[in-house]
Amino acid sequence: MAERAALEELVRLQGERVRGLKQQKASAEQIEEELAKLLKLKAQMGPDEGKQKFVLKTPKGTRDYSPRQMAVREKVFDVIVSCFKRHGAEVIDTPVFELKDFDIAGQFDPMIPDAECLKIMCEILSSLQIGDFLVKVNDRRILDGMFAVCGVPDSKFRTICSSVDKLDKVSWEEVKNEMVGEKGLAPEVADRIGDYVQQHGGVSLVEQLLQDPELSQNKQALEGLGDLKLLFEYLTLFGIPDKISFDLSLARGLDYYTGVIYEAVLLQTPVRAGEEPLGVGSVAAGGRYDGLVGMFDPKGRKVPCVGLSVGVERIFSIVEQRLEALEEKVRTTETQVLVASAQKKLLEERLRLVSELWDAGIKAELLYIL
Amino acid sequence: MPPLGLLHMRAWASLFSRLLRPRGVVCIREVHFHSQVSEAVLTSQLKPQHEKSNFIIKTPKGTRDLSPQQMVVREKILDMVIGCFKRHGAKRLDTPAFELKEMLTEKYGEDSGLIYDLKDQGGELLSLRYDLTVPFARYLAMNKVKKMKRYHVGKVWRRESPTIVQGRYREFCQCDFDIAGQFDPMIPDAECLKIMCEILSGLQLGDFLIKVNDRRILDGMLAVCGVPESKFHAICSSIDKLDKISWNDVRHEMVAKKGLAPEVADRIGDYIQCHGGVSLVEEMFQDSRLSQNKQAIEGLGDLKLLFEYLTLFGIAEKISFDLSLARGLDYYTGVIYEAVLLQTPAQAEESLNVGSVAAGGRYDGLVGMFDPKGHKVPCVGLSIGVERIFAIVEQRMKTSGQKIRTTETQVFVATPQKNFLHERLKLISELWDAGIKAELLYKNNPKLLTQLHYCEHTGIPLAVIIGEQELKEGVIKLRSVASREEVAIKRENLVAEIQKRLSES
Repeated sequence: MAERAALEELVRLQGERVRGLKQQKASAEQIEEELAKLLKLKAQMGPDEGKQKFVLKTPKGTRDYSPRQMAVREKVFDVIVSCFKRHGAEVIDTPVFELKDFDIAGQFDPMIPDAECLKIMCEILSSLQIGDFLVKVNDRRILDGMFAVCGVPDSKFRTICSSVDKLDKVSWEEVKNEMVGEKGLAPEVADRIGDYVQQHGGVSLVEQLLQDPELSQNKQALEGLGDLKLLFEYLTLFGIPDKISFDLSLARGLDYYTGVIYEAVLLQTPVRAGEEPLGVGSVAAGGRYDGLVGMFDPKGRKVPCVGLSVGVERIFSIVEQRLEALEEKVRTTETQVLVASAQKKLLEERLRLVSELWDAGIKAELLYIL
Repeated sequence: MPPLGLLHMRAWASLFSRLLRPRGVVCIREVHFHSQVSEAVLTSQLKPQHEKSNFIIKTPKGTRDLSPQQMVVREKILDMVIGCFKRHGAKRLDTPAFELKEMLTEKYGEDSGLIYDLKDQGGELLSLRYDLTVPFARYLAMNKVKKMKRYHVGKVWRRESPTIVQGRYREFCQCDFDIAGQFDPMIPDAECLKIMCEILSGLQLGDFLIKVNDRRILDGMLAVCGVPESKFHAICSSIDKLDKISWNDVRHEMVAKKGLAPEVADRIGDYIQCHGGVSLVEEMFQDSRLSQNKQAIEGLGDLKLLFEYLTLFGIAEKISFDLSLARGLDYYTGVIYEAVLLQTPAQAEESLNVGSVAAGGRYDGLVGMFDPKGHKVPCVGLSIGVERIFAIVEQRMKTSGQKIRTTETQVFVATPQKNFLHERLKLISELWDAGIKAELLYKNNPKLLTQLHYCEHTGIPLAVIIGEQELKEGVIKLRSVASREEVAIKRENLVAEIQKRLSES
């Protein structure tokens, strides 16, 4: 028994060591090594799990959804899916209640599908009634062009990008420190970047940058700015230009975006005055990714794509919080009629009656008592 | 790069909606392109080798993508199933795709080998859920719930040998309805059977039958026939094969492979070839051997009560008390049932024999296995085999050549003129804002004929056309795609007119 307890303790300590290494982002080899030790120790313990008591829980990082939560979720999904359908989307593969992505693939005339994606995002966020929102828009080519004219070495593009991406959470000073102090960027280069990335506005900012003496020398940036100008034209026709902000600090995590990128954020979320605003970050995002399909096609043929993803989990927590704060009652069933009797021994009658209602398509229940 | 045909673009639109999310999974190494479009484009030009690529593009064995056409069919089926569950007052639940491994061990008996385990990466040991019943029991015990009527629609995973043709996969969708709680006997059980009948009738799959038996009757029967208790389980799984192989083959297996005495096997044979209505229940009550067995009497009593309620529910003639029904899973403790489709000889020839399309039973001990103090919560439930139903419906649609719309678009926005993109964009935005489902081609200057063909091809019923003339006169041409009739509507009345037409059709 003592042996086993000692072994359990070793496993626990080793597990903590592995977790610690992962947190510190230690080298892959180191983590592998320590992980192998852990697995060896566990193997020594043998298949004894059946006898041990276990704690009732879902796996770490997962949760059940109660009926109440499901009811709210369904409402949210209904809004999202009906919007996608309104825009002619076909559904593939995932059951409807998991759907939260919309993509358009194919070679088309420029920026029309991109504009429709933004229109969809606005329709969904408005319909969900979770408060005022803003859609930030930028373009990968403008970002890359901007870095080039500021003097960022090619090799540092991606890493500087991820620093800039943090501007929605931390101050420019902190971002600058990271770029100069941690990522080895020359301070004057960082300052030049700072001049650009703190700018945001409407189509007039696009016009302004098209005149910018440095940026206008960069072919990539011009391409991106040209597309954004066209995009704003279409967004105006779609009636949503006031919801869109061209924001040079929008850098977005993923590598595969090749053109326009966008991110929707809520402007304020506290339900009760004086309450801390819920920091949920973006609630929807997306962009253009023209190279991804080519990575699968054996001949490398490209299919240009643009799309969006709705952050349902975040929206869901906002709506949940809101309902709780308002103490709104959420029905978890749709039952319309209850079949009851005041007297004893009328079960037969109740069963016959509820069956009639069901056969007529009426949502009905009875209590399972005699 | 050659642009894809206009007509195919919308199909492409949906193919890649899974590729990128969840975030962080940039390179999904196995994707199977299933739609006609993708096959046409890729397979005509692809050889299934690894010329430039290092991987074959396919979904894992026993899984598949579902094309837009297939999704439409699936949605209809799920809508009808969920509609029925809601009609009976069930609440919806959802649980994670994977559970702690220890939650699933020792719940499935010899099927435990079919559970998918996730790789040990130094954290919790996890397994993909094998069904929706065990997670439900875990939920009840975890949240100390004593009574609940819930439904759950979700994917489950099993490492079985897939027989794709018959709709048996390693990843598939289940629709479960369960009632947990201590109630007066057999009422919830009867409601489960009522639900199964409603769903199978509603899906219009043809005639069906629900076989019903009881674990206690089975066990009692085996006992009075002389089967040693240690062989109960093994003999049960032999009996379970009776829907696929003959009694002779089953008997042979029991005697030759499972070491059962031949006369015992014969006694079993006498019983399990019986099936009938409530009269068979009465008969079994009188059976000289069975009536001596306490368990069997309990089971028979419950079945008698069940048949009473089923008669009141108007479904007694769909139910058959069948002594050969044994059912795989370990956790059933009382009534068990299984629905099968009855095929006409013609159907049987051309169509699939998918086995049962729905099943379930009572399982009073499962929650107690989770509860630290062993507190029991009796449960009864059912599972609808949507994949199998889906395979049947899909095949029927193929044979009948039925065309399925894959979008719900109501109005198409077109123009005969060049340089009219802006007008189209403004117009479609009006329609979307009014909640109308509308599309336009992503082309600056599309030809009118191309646009109209698109409508016909995708089944869009109405088109609105705007051009120089219309702009001048302040009207829009509203066209019925089917009849090709056009009428000029004042711009400000357009939305109302469209809504009127749509509600009338």
